[in-house]
Amino acid sequence: MKLLTSFKKSFLVSIWFMFLTFPIMVIRVNPIEEIIEWRWWNMLLVGGCSFVLSLLGRYFLEKKELMAKRVADSGVIATTFKKRLFEQRAFAVPILIIISFAAIIFPFIFSTYQTSIMTTALIYVVLGLGLNIVVGLAGLLDLGYVAFYAVGAYSYALLNYHFGMGFWAVLPIGAGLGAVFGLLLGFPVLRLRGDYLAIVTLGFGEIIRLILENWNDFSQGPSGIANISRPSLFGTQLGLEANTVYLYFIMIGFMIFTIFVVNRLQNSRIGRAWIALREDEIACQAMGIDKTRTKLNAFALGATWAGMMGVVFAAKTTFINPASFTFLESAIILSIVVMGGMGSIVGVIVAAFILILLPEYLRAFSDYRMLLFGCIMVVMMVFRPQGIISNVRRTYRYGNNKGQDINHRETEEV
Amino acid sequence: MSLLNVTNLTMDFGGLRALDNINITVHENEIVAIIGPNGAGKTTFFNCITGMYTPTSGDILVNGTGGKTHRINGLKPNKVTEKGLARTFQNIRLFPDMTVLENVMIGKHCRTKASVIGAVFRGSETVQEEYEIVESSYELLRKVGLENSVNNLAKNLAYGEQRRLEIARALATEPVLLLLDEPAAGMNPHETKELDELIVRIRDEENIAILLIEHDMKLVMSLSDKIVVMDYGKQIAQGTPTEIQNNPEVIKAYLGEDFA
Ligand SMILES: Nc1ncnc2c1ncn2[C@@H]1O[C@H](COP(=O)(O)OP(=O)(O)O)[C@@H](O)[C@H]1O
Ligand SMILES: [Mg+2]
Repeated sequence: MKLLTSFKKSFLVSIWFMFLTFPIMVIRVNPIEEIIEWRWWNMLLVGGCSFVLSLLGRYFLEKKELMAKRVADSGVIATTFKKRLFEQRAFAVPILIIISFAAIIFPFIFSTYQTSIMTTALIYVVLGLGLNIVVGLAGLLDLGYVAFYAVGAYSYALLNYHFGMGFWAVLPIGAGLGAVFGLLLGFPVLRLRGDYLAIVTLGFGEIIRLILENWNDFSQGPSGIANISRPSLFGTQLGLEANTVYLYFIMIGFMIFTIFVVNRLQNSRIGRAWIALREDEIACQAMGIDKTRTKLNAFALGATWAGMMGVVFAAKTTFINPASFTFLESAIILSIVVMGGMGSIVGVIVAAFILILLPEYLRAFSDYRMLLFGCIMVVMMVFRPQGIISNVRRTYRYGNNKGQDINHRETEEV
Repeated sequence: MSLLNVTNLTMDFGGLRALDNINITVHENEIVAIIGPNGAGKTTFFNCITGMYTPTSGDILVNGTGGKTHRINGLKPNKVTEKGLARTFQNIRLFPDMTVLENVMIGKHCRTKASVIGAVFRGSETVQEEYEIVESSYELLRKVGLENSVNNLAKNLAYGEQRRLEIARALATEPVLLLLDEPAAGMNPHETKELDELIVRIRDEENIAILLIEHDMKLVMSLSDKIVVMDYGKQIAQGTPTEIQNNPEVIKAYLGEDFA
């Protein structure tokens, strides 16, 4: 019976798809010979594929629900791989050691090209973690994050071009400028909420890009800035190959630093206020939290990381132009956060690797890149709307053991 | 000494006068109740004195934390909370996906000061502050009888427990005056009795004055030192429970013309 209904539903879906794609998949007008070609085969193909896919989707969804019910019925909480990974030290430590070892030997085993791709992926990991503060923790939908990335990149490019300043000198300046721009944008727009905030930040991102594109005297316009210096190691310039490895390790360092900072922040008074603000703004204010200040904090901190990564990006590519900072970049970084699971550090890291590395290694499918991207997103939203790692957040727990009056924290899946 | 002194408070929403010349004073260690039919403007009154709305005219003076008198009209809600007024909401507003303990810890926010820098470096001062936040929050939860649910998510609490959690969270802001908006709504008689005891305990043990909106007459009459009756935005009576019970105006508003 159940099988029959799901067959029926899938059949209807396939009919609907055949109808929808009819004009583009079936009819082809040949304007030279003035005839219409009817490609009925295509219709069958669309119908068959959508039928099978819909059936598969239904099957998996059902299985998922069944599993959830079984877990709920049995009353025991299944120790998933994930839970073990986060809760058991004996399990987490060896994995961490293996990962760090792999990270250290990676550039010496793989080619410069591979190392360079990995560095790019690491940049996106850090960008994702930065945006995660704004979107995941504080719940502010920022669609113009790339603007701060551009600010960082151009501050290095311009300071290097005009004054010959080096990477390490500009890094804090880029971070600071990112924060300043974050505050500048944040101040007027943070009284907006949700959709409105998203639209204004989107506009801001485009404005920065358009300024860079059109203010030729300042930014050299669409032709961009070339010959930006690579970072130096104790004052010596390295060769191309050594430099790629050097940048890779700089990024590894950045990633560890970022994880450390974000982790500390989200388990602090400030991080709690961000999460509370995401949950209920009015209650938050009534509890004495300064809404504007707390939001500005999140916004400026997120922008700081984008600014720093901008400097690294400029140093890595040695050439930047406004085309590197389109809305698509913001969208990708946001996808990393959403896909990883809002507010989850590990999720963001995994998602960044998937979203950045997959397209690099699947160059053969580069025509279908956006299509694949869209499909992954839709599938994610259907099967795991909470993201890859569903917001594993440390919650404060009180040690209830009698006589042992200390409080300790445990990791808890929320 | 008076803690809260509201004079000639008026609030207009466009053409609607939701509050018309309200005068209420709350003294130290006093429990004052506001009663009145639905739509009388009781919640609006709370929203005005806690900074959610800016009143059209009138004065709200608070002798709060620090011993100085402040005029708090038009101050932001968080500033009002800093001055020593804390509130709960008629339609419960907890942080549903945070634990019970974390909800109370948020209340401590305005009395603690770890900054972003402090949070990242986590020096001994920050660690000590965090420790104190957790301990005092737990202590408050014990006071309202939620010590067995500290690690549960707020959304999983029963209705009556959520109301008590809201009270604990408000207490965490270290108020001098606690504002409760229909705290007994949706509670069964047993829970209401516990609430009654809790409110008296808060007044007696913490020396916090209480201003509450309530429909449960039994609760109001047994608790209050003073009752203010509102109807259509106007303050129609004020006095001790016995005075209010025998006031013809009040009987008219509650039971209709015929009974007066
Ligand atoms: N933000 C608002 N805008 C317009 N009218 C409002 C607003 N808030 C409350 N009111 C009106 O003010 C009156 C009093 O409402 P309220 O204070 O909620 O009553 P009570 O809490 O006594 O039941 C009602 O008529 C209500 O519709
Ligand atoms: Mg009300």
